[in-house]
Amino acid sequence: MKLFKYMVVGFMFGFGMWKLEAISTFRIIEMFHFQSFHMYGIIISGVVLGIIITQLFKQGKVKTIQGITHTFNDKSHEWWRYILGGIIFGMGWALTGVCSGMMFVLMGSGYTVFAIFIASAMLGTFTYGYFRKVLPH
Amino acid sequence: MYETFEQIHAFISQPWPWWMGGITIGSTLFLLLYFGKEFGLSANLRTMCAADGAGDYADFFEFDWGKQGWNLMVALGAMFGGYIAANYFGGDGMAHVSQATVDTLNQIAGQDLLTTKTVPLIPGKDVIHDDVPAFWNLYSWGSLFTLRGLLIIVGGGFLIGFGARYAGGCTSGHAISGLADLQIPSLVAVVGFFVGGLLMTWLILPHILRIGF
Repeated sequence: MKLFKYMVVGFMFGFGMWKLEAISTFRIIEMFHFQSFHMYGIIISGVVLGIIITQLFKQGKVKTIQGITHTFNDKSHEWWRYILGGIIFGMGWALTGVCSGMMFVLMGSGYTVFAIFIASAMLGTFTYGYFRKVLPH
Repeated sequence: MYETFEQIHAFISQPWPWWMGGITIGSTLFLLLYFGKEFGLSANLRTMCAADGAGDYADFFEFDWGKQGWNLMVALGAMFGGYIAANYFGGDGMAHVSQATVDTLNQIAGQDLLTTKTVPLIPGKDVIHDDVPAFWNLYSWGSLFTLRGLLIIVGGGFLIGFGARYAGGCTSGHAISGLADLQIPSLVAVVGFFVGGLLMTWLILPHILRIGF
């Protein structure tokens, strides 16, 4: 039961992303060709609301369920990892038209071949973990 | 009563406008922060590796992954969400992309990928009406036996998994959580996502789509 609430959150997110067509490769291609505002609208409206929500939590105006102020960790200033990792992720995002959240939604909507996609993503994560010390960060 | 239910069903089943993205993403972020957690789905890949014993090979996977169960539940919930949306609230099953995108798709996809005015939401989903067969038949087990399908499913997955951990987050971790917290590193990562995405979409993807086997 303690974990069930997270499933409800995930359900809302997955349902919404499917209905918003954010799971569609064609929407991603449309976005990278700058042919519609749709995907940008989703991201921008999400970020604008997100900034307000994050500020409410940061200033302690909204407490967490445990009754404490949520702590946010500043991200480290290792620029190479954001540039190189970002470009590699972006290439994968555009190649399949699927990002790491959408792969679960697609798998659930009946495209079981995404089990292979997820396994491959795990292999990618493992490869990063294995070679982490030799990669520029 | 039944009519009301049908109306609600029809209302939800229509394609959602972009601003519903703000509501969906905003409420997801709010609830996860309220529960004292963070929004970032690619972290699950690290957890899944660690749970499979990757800690024996790299200390990157030696962490208390048992505490990450909540995030796996978010992913599991997202799977259910996709299932219910696709099967009960799917609407017409079309991606309502702009005409410019339909033209682009016909341009970059070779002749074996059919010319059509209607674009299904998911590549490989059969278009039932008229006599137009499947458009862009990629998301199936059979396509794993083609070079094009293999590159797109296995190659794409690898890049996603590698890149997300290298960059320290994905579209949810950086583009939503990070930008919402006004983190400059996240902005750099998101610019990286777009540079990589543009390179792939404009320079590489058209060539991969033209592979006819």
